[in-house]
Amino acid sequence: MDFRDSPAEAEFRARFRAWLAENIPGLPTSSTDDEYWARQAEWHTALYDAGFFGLSWPARFGGHELPTVFDVILDEELAAAGASPRPSLGYLVQGISTHGSEAIKARFLPGLISGRERWCQGFSEPDAGSDLASLRTTATRDGDGYVIDGHKIWTSYSDVADWCLLLARTDPDVPKHKGLSAFVIAMDQPGIEQRPLRMMNGVTNEFGQVLFDAARVPAENMVGEPGEGWRLAMTIVSHEREPGELGYVARYAKTVKELEQTVSADPSAFRSDQREAVAWAYVQTEMLRLHVFRRLSERLDGVDHGPGGSIDKLLMTWVEQTVGSAALAVSGPQAVTDADDAELKVYLYSRAQSVMGGTSQIQKNIVATRILGLPTA
Amino acid sequence: MDTRDTPEQAELRRSARQLARELAAATVADLDDDRRAKRLAVAVRDAGWLELRDDGGDGRPLAGGVEAAIVADSLGGSVADVAFAGPVIARDLARRAGASYVGGMVVALSPDLRDAAVVPGAVTTTPIYAVDGDDHIDTAYVLVPEASGYRLAQVDFDGSLAASGADLTRRVRLIPPGTSVHPVAEQPRLLGHDDLAEWTALGLALMSADLVGVMRGVLAVSVAYAAERRQYDVPVGSFQAVQHLLAEACCLMEGSRSVSLHASWAVDNLAPDEARTACRVAKAYCARAARTVCETAVQVHGGIGNTWECIVHVYLRRALLSSQWFGDDADQLRELQCERLGTTDGLS
Repeated sequence: MDFRDSPAEAEFRARFRAWLAENIPGLPTSSTDDEYWARQAEWHTALYDAGFFGLSWPARFGGHELPTVFDVILDEELAAAGASPRPSLGYLVQGISTHGSEAIKARFLPGLISGRERWCQGFSEPDAGSDLASLRTTATRDGDGYVIDGHKIWTSYSDVADWCLLLARTDPDVPKHKGLSAFVIAMDQPGIEQRPLRMMNGVTNEFGQVLFDAARVPAENMVGEPGEGWRLAMTIVSHEREPGELGYVARYAKTVKELEQTVSADPSAFRSDQREAVAWAYVQTEMLRLHVFRRLSERLDGVDHGPGGSIDKLLMTWVEQTVGSAALAVSGPQAVTDADDAELKVYLYSRAQSVMGGTSQIQKNIVATRILGLPTA
Repeated sequence: MDTRDTPEQAELRRSARQLARELAAATVADLDDDRRAKRLAVAVRDAGWLELRDDGGDGRPLAGGVEAAIVADSLGGSVADVAFAGPVIARDLARRAGASYVGGMVVALSPDLRDAAVVPGAVTTTPIYAVDGDDHIDTAYVLVPEASGYRLAQVDFDGSLAASGADLTRRVRLIPPGTSVHPVAEQPRLLGHDDLAEWTALGLALMSADLVGVMRGVLAVSVAYAAERRQYDVPVGSFQAVQHLLAEACCLMEGSRSVSLHASWAVDNLAPDEARTACRVAKAYCARAARTVCETAVQVHGGIGNTWECIVHVYLRRALLSSQWFGDDADQLRELQCERLGTTDGLS
């Protein structure tokens, strides 16, 4: 057991730290501000162009083929510098890598990884949330392509996306999990309408709704075989549930650091329960940082992404909501007297974490039945 | 960076868990089986685990905080009624002072159990506590302040004093005020700030590991019970209300494990103050988590979980002592506030 950097890890850390000192983006906290979402692409390409993005992905698609621990080192340095987290799209890369043909990978992964092409993910629908397999968007074969009709929601970055990884029903006559297929569809076409979704903290640039009305996608843009859509979705959500993949530890650490700076500037201005909330947020964030290390190490033994991702997702959710509560506590009355209070927005945003990427209740069902082996009703 | 056990650590974990499972009490009634308890104590002694923090010949301990924590976790997992952390941290402190260790001794704790007892005069003036010592011991270390550090001293007390305390698996003895203090012979080194920071880190790491074991053990007992206990003609563990309680407990245990592994590594691998901070983080998390996990276990066992005969209160009681020893979650958070927020109402 050794939590220390290897020589190669230490070299990377020093190199990134030096680069970051010169190139810190100065973006606002991602969860509170539309400006972050507006400028996220800039940050993505800056990281990529300097050789600090896609660290663990294949070199032929623009990655660096480093062990995943390098992503975590990068996250730690981002957090220590109070910089924005890296854009989280590893789950899209994993989904396309695992299920896509060579042609699909060669066409789409380089632009996705470099940030030159922007992506969104069209899974959830107004009537298909936790029960994702009941989705109703259809893909109907028509000549050399498919025609798409349906309504997607919770589509992150749909307003700026060039491409959407879309889950649609290609066969209505088989059990619901078996009739789904995945496509890469161009967002810039007459059959697609994008509407922003305003979250309760006021942010409008993160999530969207997408309406498909006879939109078209060529058959060669199907990812995997017909009917493979559910398996692709499961690959993606298992990665989407992992804090190591998402890099969220850096976001939480950045907020905790800001709260600590606020309090330590004048500790006597804060009650002991406010200070304790900040200390507890620090403890929780540290726990998650160390938990990510442990998970990455376990993966060296071939322990793969499985139901354990649900444990990680629940821990991550508790951390985010603990940090959100600490922000609200530190802000005190200002959270209700100033509608633009940044801490209020952090708190409000944190409530979504127990829903997005699979609700906490679904994660607990998975942990109980697939990890603890409890009987199903 | 590789947080996995080395092959030697994995083997230690396997054998320590097996020994604890075989020799610890499986039921509350087993706790009264003195022959079993004696076999357990002999097995722990013969395994050499009590000596893990003794001098390896170069002033460094024979084994790391990681190895000691592996044993603590294993014993906690089976609520093993055997002295381990008490003697091990006493031997660690004796090594730091260069003093020879007298079998079975522990370091007496301050009245709030947060720290080693510090006795400035010739006799103790407050109650202090000998925790997790052997049955027969009648002496404990205390710290005597001097201008440039602390010197180890001993208090001798009445060895026939009955043990008391909430934990049914480790002995807590009250050493009354007015007990006389005498010097420890052959003590070449004073204990400085760094010694005590590292020693506190070890204590916090062992308690965190013990709590992780307690959580793992009580969760296993509770999952098995929920799968077997039937109401409305189905196992109660098939109800989502029960499943979600146990799933949350599982997550708390896994998070605790991650943070406590780092603490046990930090003991010997970070600078003393950083190591102690890392261990405070672990203790704060594990103490809160263990309280919730043990309370969940009582709830999942229903009415029977609230009876003396049900094993879960043995886990809960052990968690309560391990949480208090070296300070509970609130104590750790107060210390972390001092370190990170510049407040001044901390403990030390």
